[in-house]
Amino acid sequence: MKSSSFEYHAPKTLDDAVALLARHAEEEARVLAGGQTMVPAMAMRLARPGHLIDINAIPGLDQISLTDHAMRIGACVRHAALGATAAPGPFGRLLGLLQHHIAHLPIRTRGTFCGSLANADAASEWCLLMVALDGRIEARSTAGTRMIDAEDFLLGYMTTALAPEEMIVAAHLPTLPPGTRVGFHEFARRAGDFAQSMAIATYAVAQGRITAPRIAIGGVVSRARRCPEAEALLHGATPDPALFQEAARQAATHAPLVEEDPYLRSLTETSVLRALTGAA
Amino acid sequence: MTEPQTRHITLRVNGQAREITTPVRKTLADALRTDLGLTGTHLGCETGLCGACTILVDGRAMRACLMLAVQAEGHAITTIEGLAPSPSELHPLQQAFCRHHALQCGFCTPGLLTTLVEFLHDVPNPSEAEIREAISGNLCRCTGYDTIVAATLEAAAMLRPQP
Ligand SMILES: Cc1cc2nc3c(=O)[nH]c(=O)nc-3n(C[C@H](O)[C@H](O)[C@H](O)COP(=O)(O)OP(=O)(O)OC[C@H]3O[C@@H](n4cnc5c(N)ncnc54)[C@H](O)[C@@H]3O)c2cc1C
Ligand code: FES
Ligand code: FES
Repeated sequence: MKSSSFEYHAPKTLDDAVALLARHAEEEARVLAGGQTMVPAMAMRLARPGHLIDINAIPGLDQISLTDHAMRIGACVRHAALGATAAPGPFGRLLGLLQHHIAHLPIRTRGTFCGSLANADAASEWCLLMVALDGRIEARSTAGTRMIDAEDFLLGYMTTALAPEEMIVAAHLPTLPPGTRVGFHEFARRAGDFAQSMAIATYAVAQGRITAPRIAIGGVVSRARRCPEAEALLHGATPDPALFQEAARQAATHAPLVEEDPYLRSLTETSVLRALTGAA
Repeated sequence: MTEPQTRHITLRVNGQAREITTPVRKTLADALRTDLGLTGTHLGCETGLCGACTILVDGRAMRACLMLAVQAEGHAITTIEGLAPSPSELHPLQQAFCRHHALQCGFCTPGLLTTLVEFLHDVPNPSEAEIREAISGNLCRCTGYDTIVAATLEAAAMLRPQP
């Protein structure tokens, strides 16, 4: 099918983009970033925006800036730019582990990190990363800029805290201290498909004991979420296979699955176990 | 809105400047096929899933069904028609596809070739597993993929700078 008619805008500045969003908020104005979700949704007539505001011509939005402790990812940074070489150390390793699970090569060259956040698919690897590392979203409207914690941004299945007249300008992620172990596991039916179940595990070890454990799961839940019971169990304990097994069991037992299904619970447990065991 | 909005744009396709007036809602794939007559870019699903419409935009593989024609203004586009260096000589990847019978009906082939051109540029010495992952977004209903993988391995060897 072909998309319904809309009016197309390609603003050259952020001020113009948010002004357009404000002016046309009542007529379903939508941001167009990579278009890898928006264009198919329009072709299937699941989305019928009155105005499309293409942000690709705004200079600077494709920038990644990296400091000692944080990365800022602009709204037009593509999935393909966020592989293992985008940052040194464990943070870069984690990006690399996630990136090649996102769709296929010709989609990664175009789709954006921030577009994935705005879209808030339950199976989005980048949403999972934002929750796992306590990332923040920089949102802008004609009223100004605000920072939103990932936990407060992702409200539920494909639902975010972004107002209709707001756009994401960038995502901010704290990087991981040297020595942090990072692991990721995803179950999907074929390479590049959306995850059925996935998990991130990161932790450090000091004097033989686990510090700063982070466990996050996605795919099987309506939005990416942390596993506080598993994290509590790991914190201060000595890493060993039995502990990881028990932490994975805790994570799966307490996960609010989209539907009660022993298969999904088992996938969740195995994802967490493999993320923890594979963390290096 | 009364009249659908249109724009006059210039596209650089296979090294040539081409001007068209297009409704803003038209995808790049439709503009290439219907306005420019470049029907080598195939449309299977129009939702990003099958890979048949993959083209190169500034040298990078992208889905032509997931870009609007107006978004292509100012970018260099290569379609399957522009892959061969001359009318009498095929691209090494095309030659390898011929030799290995890596196509039967040919519907998926343009998208596979464009995807693989970028892939071999990035990964000149790929393993079989890496090739299979690179083409995981290209559906082929005929070949079973084995001949495609074999052709790609051979093309990779042809394209690598000789020591
Ligand atoms: C075949 C296929 C497989 C895929 N597999 C995966 C996968 O495995 N994992 C995965 O995570 N994704 C997958 N995707 C989706 C892909 O990652 C998209 O790139 C992503 O979801 C959206 O990013 P985009 O830049 O393309 O956004 P667009 O399609 O441009 O926009 C998507 C939505 O977000 C809004 N939006 C975009 N940017 C902003 C912004 N800056 N501010 C406010 N709103 C904004 C748009 O208005 C729209 O509602 C797949 C897509 C396809 C076609
Ligand atoms: S037609 Fe574009 S991916 Fe299928
Ligand atoms: S050769 Fe027929 S679909 Fe691939």
